[in-house]
Amino acid sequence: MGRYVLRRLLQLVPVLIGTTFLIYLLVWTIPGDPFAGKCGDRACPDSYITAMREKYNLDDSLLVQYGKYLASLVQGDFGETFSGIEVSELIANAYPVTLKLALVALVIEAVIGLVAGVLTGLRSGSFLDNLVLVSTLFLIAIPVFVTGFVLQITLGLRWGIIDPTVSAAANLSELIVPGFVLGSLSMAYVTRLTRTSIAENRRSDYVRTAVAKGLAPRRVVGVHLMRNSAIPVVTFLGVNLGELMGGAIVTEGIFNIRGIGGLVFGAILTKEVATVTGVVTLLVIVYLLMNLLVDVLYAVLDPRIRYD
Amino acid sequence: MTDPKSLGVSGTADAAVAEVTARSGTGHPRSLASDAWHDLRRRPLFGISVGLIAVLLVLAAFPQLFTSADPTAGDLARSRRPPSAQAWFGYDLFGRDVYARTIYGTRVSIIVGVLATTLTVLVGGTMGILAGYYGGWIDGLLSRITDVFFALPFLLGAIVVLATFRESIGGGAIGITALVVLTMAGLSWPVAMRIMRSAAIAARQQDYVRAARGLGASPLRIIRRHMLPNCLAPVLVYATIALGAFIGAEATLSFLGIGLRDPVVSWGVMISEARQYLRVSPFLLLFPAGFLAVTVLAFVMLGDAVREAFDPRSR
Repeated sequence: MGRYVLRRLLQLVPVLIGTTFLIYLLVWTIPGDPFAGKCGDRACPDSYITAMREKYNLDDSLLVQYGKYLASLVQGDFGETFSGIEVSELIANAYPVTLKLALVALVIEAVIGLVAGVLTGLRSGSFLDNLVLVSTLFLIAIPVFVTGFVLQITLGLRWGIIDPTVSAAANLSELIVPGFVLGSLSMAYVTRLTRTSIAENRRSDYVRTAVAKGLAPRRVVGVHLMRNSAIPVVTFLGVNLGELMGGAIVTEGIFNIRGIGGLVFGAILTKEVATVTGVVTLLVIVYLLMNLLVDVLYAVLDPRIRYD
Repeated sequence: MTDPKSLGVSGTADAAVAEVTARSGTGHPRSLASDAWHDLRRRPLFGISVGLIAVLLVLAAFPQLFTSADPTAGDLARSRRPPSAQAWFGYDLFGRDVYARTIYGTRVSIIVGVLATTLTVLVGGTMGILAGYYGGWIDGLLSRITDVFFALPFLLGAIVVLATFRESIGGGAIGITALVVLTMAGLSWPVAMRIMRSAAIAARQQDYVRAARGLGASPLRIIRRHMLPNCLAPVLVYATIALGAFIGAEATLSFLGIGLRDPVVSWGVMISEARQYLRVSPFLLLFPAGFLAVTVLAFVMLGDAVREAFDPRSR
C-alpha cells in the first residue's frame, strides 16, 4: 500500500506541472497591458514600467518566467499581485470560504442523496422510487443558476426566511441554502448511484446468506449491503469535492459569497497571472489528492481490492 | 447541469464491461444492438424523450414556421412588457419578442450541444482507442496528457480560455459560437478518452482481436473493423447525456457573461440578459430557462434509457 501511494504521488508531479503551465500560458496570452490604468488618469512613466517589468520578470521569455514562478512555488511562495499584495494572503482569505461552501454542499448532498438512494433502492418500482427518480431528473435538467435565483427570490426576498446574500463572515447557517444549490446536481447523481448500487447488491449471494443466518434486517442493510454499495458513491463524492470547489463560482456570484470564484474572475480581467495560476493550482491539488484518497479508500471498503 | 465532466463517473464505464457479456436471454440469439433496440422500444421514457427531441429539432430547423416576428427587431416603447395575446412570452429589455427569440434560440443551443459533443467524442475517442490498443509508452503519454486536462476545473478553465480569446475572434456570430464549442470540447474530451480507453483495453484481450492480429491484419484495420464497433456503445451513451450537459453548460457560461453574446440568439444569452431584471420581470428568465430545462431533460432521459438498455444487469 505504501509503495502504491508513493508511486501515485510521484505521478501527480508531471500532471501538476502540465496543468500549471497550461494555465500560465493561457493567462499570459490574454490581450491587454497589466499596467494600464495603474497610475490614474495619466500614462505610467517609463521608469515605473521598466522597474515593474524587471520585478515581475516580464522581459524574460515565457518559459523562463514559468520556470522562475515554479521555483518560487515549490518553496511555498505564490508570488504577489501587480499592486504588491501577497497572493497567498488573497488565497488565505478566499479559500476557506469556498472550502466551507463546498463541504456544506457535500454533506447535504451525501446525507439527502444516500437516504433517498437507500430508501428507493430497497423498494424499487414503488411510488416513492418513481417520485425520487423523476425529481432527480428535474434536478439534473435545471441549471444551477436557475435553482439559485428561484431559492434566493422565494426564500430570501418573498418569504424573508434567509438573507438573500451571505455576509462577509460567511457563517455556517448562512451557507446552508447556497450549499444546497451548489450540491443539488450532485445530489441527484448520488441518489441514482446509491439506488442502482443497492438494487444490484440486494440480489447478491452474501445478502441472501446474511438473511438466511437470521440477521436483523437493519444489520443486513446497514452493515452488509451498505458497505459494498458505498464504493461507487464514495468515488463520486471524493471526486466531487474538487468539482464543487471549481464550480462554486456561479453560486458564489448569486449569493455574493467572497470565495475563490470571484477572486479568479477579477484576476483574469486584470491579467494577474500569479493569482489565477495560484488558485487553480491549489484546486488541482485538492482534486488530485481526493482522487488518490478515493483509490486508497477502495481497499479499505472492499477487502477484495488489493494494491501491490 | 453545469459540469459535463461530472458525468462519466456514474456507471457509463460499467456498461463497457457489461456490453461484452451481454446476450439475449430469450430463445434465438440477437446481437447486442438489436437486443437493446427491442428493450428501448418498450420504455415510455424513451418514447417521451425521442418525441421531445423531434419537436426541438423541428424548432431548430424551421423556426420561421412557428413565429413570424423578427427575433432581433427591438422597439424600446414596449420594453419589458409582460406576456400578452400579442406576444405570448412578453418583450425583453430592448422590446424584442421573447417568444420569437426563444424559438430562434433553439437552433444555436442545439448546434452548440451537437458540435461540442461530436468534437469531444472524436478527440477523446481517437485518443482513448489508440491508448487502449497500443498500451505501453503511448498509453502512458496519452493518459498523462489526459490527466492534465482532466484536472482542470471545467468552469474556471472555460473562463480563462474564453477570456483569453474573446478579443481575437471579433464580433461575428460564427466566431463567438465556434470559440464556445471549442472551449467546452477542449475541457471535456478527457472523459470520453477514459471511457473509450477502458473499453478498448477490455476489447484488446478478446479472442477476435487476437485472431485478427494472428491473421496479420494491420493495426489500423484491427482498430477500425474490430475494436471500434465493440467499444463504441459506452462512449455513445456518454455522448447522449453529455449533449444535454453541454447545452446547460453553454447557458451557464453565457450567464457568467463570457459565453455566447449578442448578436447570437441563444437561451443562455437570453438568461444572461434577464439576470438584472429578475425581480421585476421574472418572465424574461422563466421562458428560456424552461425551454433549456426541457431540452436537457429530453437528452438526459434518452441517455438514461439507452444506458439501461445496453446494461443487461438492470433488466
